[in-house]
Amino acid sequence: MGPLAIIAIVLACAAVAGVAGRLVKVSALFTLPIAISVVLVSVFTRAGTTVLFTIGPFDATLEGVEFAAQTVVRLFAISTAISLFGMTTDPRAFVLDLERRGLSPRFAFVAAATVEAVPAMAARAATIAAAQRSRGLDTEGSVLARARGFLPLIVPVVLSSLTEVEERSLALEVRAFGRPGRRHLLWAPGDRSWERILRWGLAVVLALLVVARVAGIVPGTA
Amino acid sequence: MLVLRGASYRYAGYAKPAVHDIDLTLADGEIVGLVGANEAGKSTICLVASGLAPASIGGGLTGSLTIDGEPMAGRPVHELAARVAVGFQDPATQRSGIAATVFEEVALGPMNLGLPAAETIARAREALGLLRIGDLAERDPSRLSGGQGQLVAIASLLAMRPRHVVLDEPTAQLDPEGTRLVAEALRSLAGTGTALLVAEQKTDLLDTLCGRVMVVSDGRIVADGPTAEVLGDERLEGWGVEPPSRVRLARLVQARGLDPALVEAGA
Ligand SMILES: Nc1ncnc2c1ncn2[C@@H]1O[C@H](COP(=O)(O)OP(=O)(O)OP(=O)(O)O)[C@@H](O)[C@H]1O
Ligand SMILES: [Mg+2]
Repeated sequence: MGPLAIIAIVLACAAVAGVAGRLVKVSALFTLPIAISVVLVSVFTRAGTTVLFTIGPFDATLEGVEFAAQTVVRLFAISTAISLFGMTTDPRAFVLDLERRGLSPRFAFVAAATVEAVPAMAARAATIAAAQRSRGLDTEGSVLARARGFLPLIVPVVLSSLTEVEERSLALEVRAFGRPGRRHLLWAPGDRSWERILRWGLAVVLALLVVARVAGIVPGTA
Repeated sequence: MLVLRGASYRYAGYAKPAVHDIDLTLADGEIVGLVGANEAGKSTICLVASGLAPASIGGGLTGSLTIDGEPMAGRPVHELAARVAVGFQDPATQRSGIAATVFEEVALGPMNLGLPAAETIARAREALGLLRIGDLAERDPSRLSGGQGQLVAIASLLAMRPRHVVLDEPTAQLDPEGTRLVAEALRSLAGTGTALLVAEQKTDLLDTLCGRVMVVSDGRIVADGPTAEVLGDERLEGWGVEPPSRVRLARLVQARGLDPALVEAGA
């Protein structure tokens, strides 16, 4: 139940922030490559008693399907949570705040770059999809056709994001970003009291959940 | 003064060097142009001259980089950054991504240097003024045109008041007016004693900007000398570089049997 609850909460938050549509798309983009392999592997290789159907030497078991569904839902829950953070957090405020709390600017940048990568990746995926489509790649149509169209889409997205992060960190280093020592910050993000209360509240809830889980009050599986 | 001696550089994971035996001296106040065909090695030389290759991106360097008499081998990148500013081709990847306005973007470099806030602000204002982009100050840096982005990227470097500047195709995305502004800013920077290396495809820009031009072909420096001499060299097109329009016009005039001095006089 856990992951489904998380997805529901995240989607509700995303809807309030007005990014629900984009969030689902991006999360699907993150989840799909792993999901496909998980489904293929676990459906056919997981030992089980209830055989649903057979392809060649492989039996598809109900247990395998269950396991695959569970894993995919979990993956999706994780990516929606990360994507929501990326889409609703101002990376600049995030970096400055981390730095103000004594984190090294370098670490803060890595964190910010990760956050910023989410909308950037979504935008790039859309561009590349359009380009691939114009070259005749099927990104619409049947599920199978889409799955086949997916790989040529995701590979350039990931690769170009990686080189971009590398180039960008180079350009930042050139601007003395990695210099140790204090900086005199020109601006600081605002922090309202209800935001502070909410943050502490969430931290407490997280701690309680961990304790409950360890104590065995909350079951572990979905 | 920035000096490269016998520098050969190999990218990480590659067996063969991308550039060989590069000798390069940037005297204070000098603007040196670097031309060459695609893949000739301009960007690589920029990375080596700035110390980023190998300090930041790894790979293997033989030969030496010396800045103001001090060897740079083994120095951390932030120390190099305080001595050499480097600008890259693509303005999009030069954005920090952590500034909400152009002003903050330009102020980031001086801020990182640990300067007092008032000094940071003064430098950012000055750099924006130098490139006449003061009116972009409150804009979102991620929503600029390619040309505006390039001017902001250059302003961000100038705000650090570097003593040495390496620019890789700084005007690739600029219109003639933007190119002129950049040239003007670079000239005034050189006037304050800053040494500049400018890699460019646009020989017309180098023709008016540089005192000296170097040609790179296939990873090696094949010509190095006064601008007029190098850009007027008969072999330039053989190295894959289009001569500046002044030179092409003079040749055209000469081929028609007219007096090339007419063109020179007009130029
Ligand atoms: N990151 C890299 N890793 C490995 N090899 C590289 C890398 N960047 C460039 N090279 C190689 O080094 C050589 C010189 O490339 P470089 O980018 O320096 O040329 P350039 O003159 O800047 O070309 P352009 O005009 O296209 O920008 C080329 O053979 C190129 O393939
Ligand atoms: Mg280049």
